[in-house]
Amino acid sequence: MQQIINFILRYKNFLLYLFLLIISLALTVQSHSYHRSKYFNSSNWLTGNIYETTSSITTYFGLGEENKKLVEENKRLRNLLFNQKKEDSMQLDTTNVTYRVIASQVIKNSYSLPRNYITIKKGMAQGIKPDMGVITANGILGIVENTSQNFATVQSILNTKSRINAKIKNTNHYGSLVWDTKDYNTVQLADVERLVPLKIGDTIVTGASSSIFPENIPIGIVKNFDLNNSQSSYSIDIKLFNNMAAVRSIYIIENIQREEIIELEAKTNNDSQ
Amino acid sequence: MIRNSYFINIIRFVLLILVQVLVFNKLNFFGYINPMVYILFLYWYPIKEKRQLFLLLSFLLGFLIDLFSDTVAIHAAATVTIAYLRPTIMRFCFGVNYEFQNFKLTNTTRAQQITFLTLLIIIHHLVFFTLEIFSFENTLLILKKVLTISIATLILCLLLSSLFSVEKE
Repeated sequence: MQQIINFILRYKNFLLYLFLLIISLALTVQSHSYHRSKYFNSSNWLTGNIYETTSSITTYFGLGEENKKLVEENKRLRNLLFNQKKEDSMQLDTTNVTYRVIASQVIKNSYSLPRNYITIKKGMAQGIKPDMGVITANGILGIVENTSQNFATVQSILNTKSRINAKIKNTNHYGSLVWDTKDYNTVQLADVERLVPLKIGDTIVTGASSSIFPENIPIGIVKNFDLNNSQSSYSIDIKLFNNMAAVRSIYIIENIQREEIIELEAKTNNDSQ
Repeated sequence: MIRNSYFINIIRFVLLILVQVLVFNKLNFFGYINPMVYILFLYWYPIKEKRQLFLLLSFLLGFLIDLFSDTVAIHAAATVTIAYLRPTIMRFCFGVNYEFQNFKLTNTTRAQQITFLTLLIIIHHLVFFTLEIFSFENTLLILKKVLTISIATLILCLLLSSLFSVEKE
């Protein structure tokens, strides 16, 4: 017993170091393998409020630019609206709506790490839940991962954990959107079969088999493509429509039927086992 | 005097975190270079203080930076490693001198200070980027990041440390 105590006393620094190192390694490894790290993220009260304060100061410098973007988007939407084949009255019935949109702002952006997360204003209190899709006026941005009372973190498409269903516009050829961490304006579309006719400049949009995003949200255009090592599918580089270094106003999309879809899928899986 | 040193260290702790997350994490020089100036806390920290407290403080420092940048606990692991290795590095840089009672960082030569800081930065960045990328297929990428970001961190740390240097006696 005496010896054990002596041992602990002699190596107390080393043991303390080992203890702290193991804590941090365990947390890191756990966050790699599981879907989300629930507690240690920047949507908490302290970091959220500090980021919000600083972003409320720095927003003023970009207001002009931001206004221009919003007017541009309004113009585009009005064009769509005026040229639509109208029925007698606009349908504003809220009972058969599938998607609900919430507007918000980015308070912390990140694009230089292998796993990037974006922190946004609005959280549980405003109806934000994990697994909602996040887009900007130009295209897709990511998926909500954690929420606190007033803030939320978004797993950016610039994250090695991110896999989003995407397709080539006006076709039914699907792939999944991944990122190789090299360039923050370029992502990759994996698992597209080699038989698919592809051209540089083709538009890539979100696919239909996701319960998070509506179909046909723009992502980017094909920059170049190549057959992969096994020669069975393409690896495609996509230039994003979004400028990931300067995102500000965003929209969060809630799929009202998502719970129903998930429930049904879970039931089907249970039945087939 | 002692109270004063505690006070300075607390202020440094808070200011370095804020400067790191609000300024340097948003720098993105060449798209990926974000210098980690908070290492200066470990460079400046008094030598004769209790080591356990120092280890715990370093862990807390890294962990708070992790919270802000959504990296779970990578900064914490890297920081705690250099905090543990600091006495060894100091013995290497300053020789036996550093064991003396009246040893001060300001009394050493410029070259010794720079070696000390460089070693801290390189070990920290090695641990950090290895954990961040977490696969050895990317050894080249890790080395590239360690090299470029170490240089950026070193330059900024030297600038900051000469700007806020403790007055020479």
